[in-house]
Amino acid sequence: MNAINFVYLAAILFSIGSAAVLLRRNAIVAFMGVELMLNAANLALVAFSRLHGQLDGQIMAFFVMVVAAAEVVVGLAIIIAVFRARQTISLDEPAELKG
Amino acid sequence: MVSPVLFWVVALLTVIPSLALLFARKAVHIAMSIVCVMVGLAAAYVGLGAPFLGVVQIVVYTGAVMMLFLFVLMLVGVDQREDLKETLRGQRWIALFTAGGLAILLISVIGRVSISPQEEQVGNPEDIALVLFDRYVLVMEVLGALLITAAVGALVMTHTPRLLPRKTQAEVHAARVLAGADPVNKPMPGVYARHNALDVPALDPDGNPIEHSVSRVLEVREQMSDGDEFRARLESTANPEDHQNPQAEAEGEK
Amino acid sequence: MTSLIWLAIALPLASAAILLCLGRRADAWGHWMGVAASGGAFLVGLGALIELLGKAAEDRAVDTTLYTFIPGGDLHVDVGLLADPLSITFVLLITFVGTLIHVYSVAYMEHDPDRRRFFAYLNLFVAAMLLLVLADSYLLLFVGWEGVGLASYLLIGFWNQKREYATAANKAFFVNRVGDIGLIIAMGLMFTSFGALDFATVAEQAPSATTAQLTAIGLMLLVAACGKSAQFPLQSWLGDAMAGPTPVSALIHAATMVTAGVYLIVRSAPIFDGAPDARVVVAAVGAMTLLLGAFIGMAKDDIKKALAASTMSQIGYMMLAAGLGPIGYAFAIFHLVTHGFFKAGMFLGAGSVMHGMKDQVDMRRFGALRGAMIVTWVTFGLGWLAILGIPPFSGYFSKDKIIEAAFVGEGWQPWVFGGAALIGAGLTAFYMSRLFFMTFHGKARWTDDQHPHESPALMTVPMIILAVGSAFLGLFLAVGDRFTHWLEPVTGHAEHHDPVLPIPVLIAATLTLVVIGAGIAWVKYGRADVPEEAPAASLATLTARNDFFQDSVNRAVFQRPGQHLTRTLVYLDAAVVDGAVNKQARGWAGLGEASRRLQNGQVRTYAATMLVGLVILAAVIVVGGL
Repeated sequence: MNAINFVYLAAILFSIGSAAVLLRRNAIVAFMGVELMLNAANLALVAFSRLHGQLDGQIMAFFVMVVAAAEVVVGLAIIIAVFRARQTISLDEPAELKG
Repeated sequence: MVSPVLFWVVALLTVIPSLALLFARKAVHIAMSIVCVMVGLAAAYVGLGAPFLGVVQIVVYTGAVMMLFLFVLMLVGVDQREDLKETLRGQRWIALFTAGGLAILLISVIGRVSISPQEEQVGNPEDIALVLFDRYVLVMEVLGALLITAAVGALVMTHTPRLLPRKTQAEVHAARVLAGADPVNKPMPGVYARHNALDVPALDPDGNPIEHSVSRVLEVREQMSDGDEFRARLESTANPEDHQNPQAEAEGEK
Repeated sequence: MTSLIWLAIALPLASAAILLCLGRRADAWGHWMGVAASGGAFLVGLGALIELLGKAAEDRAVDTTLYTFIPGGDLHVDVGLLADPLSITFVLLITFVGTLIHVYSVAYMEHDPDRRRFFAYLNLFVAAMLLLVLADSYLLLFVGWEGVGLASYLLIGFWNQKREYATAANKAFFVNRVGDIGLIIAMGLMFTSFGALDFATVAEQAPSATTAQLTAIGLMLLVAACGKSAQFPLQSWLGDAMAGPTPVSALIHAATMVTAGVYLIVRSAPIFDGAPDARVVVAAVGAMTLLLGAFIGMAKDDIKKALAASTMSQIGYMMLAAGLGPIGYAFAIFHLVTHGFFKAGMFLGAGSVMHGMKDQVDMRRFGALRGAMIVTWVTFGLGWLAILGIPPFSGYFSKDKIIEAAFVGEGWQPWVFGGAALIGAGLTAFYMSRLFFMTFHGKARWTDDQHPHESPALMTVPMIILAVGSAFLGLFLAVGDRFTHWLEPVTGHAEHHDPVLPIPVLIAATLTLVVIGAGIAWVKYGRADVPEEAPAASLATLTARNDFFQDSVNRAVFQRPGQHLTRTLVYLDAAVVDGAVNKQARGWAGLGEASRRLQNGQVRTYAATMLVGLVILAAVIVVGGL
């Protein structure tokens, strides 16, 4: 079975993640949607690595993981700070960007 | 070649739990579903000849990131149920159409490419280590700096500065007295040495029991003993002249 | 001393600066410093006079360039001071009369808490006036011109706590602006015609300019002179300017500043020489104002306003003389000098009367002050005789010459101008005598709380000195045509022309008219009783009392249409210019309002926008096959 199928799988997961980001009001859930998108990209990278028989895809996936870890730390800290200030983590509440 | 069984297992193990992102109500359920997705992806990595990444995936995502998510969920209230009713007009349709459109676009693009797969197997940890610490060593270092920065950033952001000066013990005490509490410690319960007397109220100088000397928990559980019962027992077993209850004596005088 | 002539300007200017900067700290001695500065300027002027007298007549013009004022390409203006007979005459008049009035003011303003400020302004005025007359170019003259305007404004409104006084100051300022515009336009015309603004170049090039150019410049200079010298039709501010303290009226609005217009005309002689039409207009304006001022003076009951009307009328004489051309220039200046003495003396006398009468200015409440104020009576009387033109007092020598000169010429001009000057002499005699008799003779019509008394020596001594000048200066300067010869380097030598009537006839006619005028005044106001309230009067008297309705006329002719014009312009500005801008701005605002809706503050909408954009881009790439 061709490894390209994993790339299709990655596309589907990416779409599900993006839909979650748009649909969910809970900031943590939306954030998990972002994580899923990152993982889908990772999966695609690993699959490409396999298809091309080169290591660079895996290295990229590794770096993405590291950056994602850092991102999660900061993102969750932001969510906690927002929660402290507003007692809610709903994405619909902070409408201060309203023009 | 990749085993089709592996592929289908992984596909089911990732797509179905990931749909929880869209339809589950409780955040904890979603988090656990994502953990499942991560494990599935780790299996895929291993199957794709990247065992190192598979392990890292388990360690970083399931072990660290998702646990962090769970911790934060605990912090902000684990029992929050989200109402799935959409509040923004048209947002649901926009989201579904764009996500669907994105999927169709991506799939059509992937379908167009033609890659002749290489049979060469790469991906054992040694090779990765060689590449990582040779060609990508600078990126490695920078990522290390990034991680430290992120950690410090998270600390800074979640740190709450002390807005009021720390209260000293004397101030705490003064505040309590002001609120009407006893100025001194409550009397210790129990006067009977032959019994585990925590459940027996202490007696004041007049011989009357002090009810609040017994822990409130025992009081609520109705496990508080009455002094009379022991007096009766004592009076029945010993010389009543030596062990007279002061309370009874006082009543007798009245 | 001519090279040090700048000191004459610098001394009072420095004194003014010190007095204004030090503030209350200079209250104790500030007025004496003001007197000293003015006196110092007089000494400098005296030194310059002596130096000029020691030179040959044709060398009597010393131009000192101090520094470059405007080094701008084609327009190069130096700050240069010109000491010639004309300017030195003015310097001496200004500083001499000015110093006397400074001394007088020390006593007059003694009880005013702002005496120091008063002296600062007075010094500022002296400095500006000296700059005006000493300047060697029109531009520098303009600086002094504006300076005296400013000083005049500050001093008219010196008691600006009274609203009407402040209004009077504003009025003087505004009317003077009209004249200033004239001067600016004249300077612009000069620059385009001659390429320079200094007197020497202008005089050099004037003969080669066309008559039309010269006439235009001359008329614009006349507008400037009318504004500053209160000539018709810009005369309306002078009467109200009497709101200032009386020494100010004496110095600025009688002796010096208001004569700056005459100075300007005489100084611009090279231009008027080539523009006979402009000269006729100058003479006509002078004759007109002469009669106008005389009529107003006959009806006024306010002693200062009557004197102001007289000033207007006398300056009319000077303008008339200046408009006559070379034969009149010297007499204009001559009359200016003698007038400076006797009118300043009379204003000081009026101030002395007011001082003794608790600031009463209504002549109908005076009368019989002769006994109470001997010195004032005598000094005022000498001034009165001088202005009447009784020989041998000063006014006779100057005014009579003007009347004679007015009768020189051909056609209708000598009859009209000469007739006006002649009638003016009679009218002058009437109104000045009326003023004199109503104030000092007749029965006492004082209000109960008034106890007239003579003024202190600090006030009477300047009055005495000015009275002596009024009496004998004319004679001194007229003997052997001394003054005319002295001015000749500037005004040019005038051929002697015979008037259309023999000179003795003219003298006799003038004196007869003067005696008749004074006689009528004596009958009506000296011997007969003067009612304490102004009686109901004929239309003519009412007209004169109301300054020929000058304010109403100005309002109807200039203010109302001006207001309508500005209102229309404001409307046009708001509707068209601003309208276009505002409409455009509103359009942008509407666009912003519309795009604002996109910024609804919902993070998820932004995320959706991003994703939609991504999908569209991807679709374009995929479907477009890029």
